[in-house]
Amino acid sequence: MKIPVTAIHLPTRPGREYESRFDREQSLLKMLAIPIASVILASMVTTLPIFTAEPLLPPFGLLMMLGWRLMRPGLLPVWSGLPFGLMDDLFSGQPFGSAGLLWSLAMLALEIIDSRAIWRDYFQDWLIAALLITAVLLGGLWIAGLAHTAPEPSLLMPQIVLSILLYPLVVRICARLDSWRLAT
Amino acid sequence: MAPPPHRRPGFSRKAQYSLFVTYVAATAGTIVAALLLSISVVDPTGFAALRTFGAEITAPIARIFSALRVSTQAITHDASAYMDAASKNVTLEKEARANRSKLIEARALRAENARLRGLLKLTDEGEQQIAVGRLISSTASSTRRVATLSVGRNYGVERAQPVRGPAGLIGRVIEVGPTTARILLVTDAENLVPVMRVSDGLPAFSAGLGNGTVLIKPLNLGESPFRVGDIIVTSGNGGLYRPNIPFARVIRKTSDGALAIPFADPGNTPYAIVMQQYQGEARAAQQAAAPDGETKEIKE
Repeated sequence: MKIPVTAIHLPTRPGREYESRFDREQSLLKMLAIPIASVILASMVTTLPIFTAEPLLPPFGLLMMLGWRLMRPGLLPVWSGLPFGLMDDLFSGQPFGSAGLLWSLAMLALEIIDSRAIWRDYFQDWLIAALLITAVLLGGLWIAGLAHTAPEPSLLMPQIVLSILLYPLVVRICARLDSWRLAT
Repeated sequence: MAPPPHRRPGFSRKAQYSLFVTYVAATAGTIVAALLLSISVVDPTGFAALRTFGAEITAPIARIFSALRVSTQAITHDASAYMDAASKNVTLEKEARANRSKLIEARALRAENARLRGLLKLTDEGEQQIAVGRLISSTASSTRRVATLSVGRNYGVERAQPVRGPAGLIGRVIEVGPTTARILLVTDAENLVPVMRVSDGLPAFSAGLGNGTVLIKPLNLGESPFRVGDIIVTSGNGGLYRPNIPFARVIRKTSDGALAIPFADPGNTPYAIVMQQYQGEARAAQQAAAPDGETKEIKE
């Protein structure tokens, strides 16, 4: 007689089932490397062969950094905007130092917001992220305009809207990565 | 989520100081970034080496994805071509018949042109192409319209060389790395291209708008002489781009010029050809003798 399949059980790793279930420790490497690597990899999305007529691709590195920062305050240090931003500048095509400056300012702004609005819900976080994304993108346009001829600011509208709408998705990715990061 | 308690370190001196140090580091970092930025605004070529390094280390991945994309595009194209092969065949045959006589006329014109040029003793340098590559990535999240090409110094690519695709002009090289090169697309706001209308040679300038279109401004003042559908080609002025490279098609007339869409779509170009400068020596001499005594090569 065939046994009906009621649930799919993934095979457990051999040996793991006999391990102790408590007093396990997370891997320190995973805890540190996952947030850093995820932000840097998100910055490197621009190296994929995506060609758009106008700036449309959201700044995934910035979204990822804001996601981690708003979801887990205290995980990324205040000064981390500088290294992440400089890394992003290598791939974004903006003048070098542009994201370094803007992301540092965003992190400092978040620190100030944290000291004012202490208890926030998800939608307030989204609003804060939306304001910061808009400010960083417009600031990036302004900085590009300092070094080169820059187009009209209205050109950024689609990118700003798309980035704001993609923020919840990025936070969910951060949350998944976080549970993997802290898993034992 | 409420901020974690590390913000109020209590009476521990060590915790207080380390919190203070993070704030100092953040502020110092912001100032450092502002300094780096001011350097790169004053001298945009300054950090080219770093950017080239970034492009070089990610180039292998970008090449793989680019190859994948090209092959999937080819597959879908082949499949859709197969669907309406019969009707397409009929129209193509009709077109081929119509084009045949025009082709013969064009051949005659070319021969005549060569003879006239011989009379005038006009010589062109650098008919030949330098390298053929593929566009492997672009700055899709920035307002700069810059793309990365899959060939670099290893194939003799140098700065300020024009790049074209099979459909038309793509841009020019602004930074060269060992195996990659960065190309300023014609749609970038900084890229000025001397062009002309193909029907009567009306001279004009093209400036990118950053949104996939270019603004065509005629050299002479007055009402815009363009009509929707006008074909724009490069004029060869300035000695960088050779004349008669297909450039753009006018889609809208504005008060002092016209909006046009470039023929070459960087996202849909199977390959990109790096060409020699049209009249490199003349161009160098002209720039050396610029009225203010300094070379006028646009920095990048």
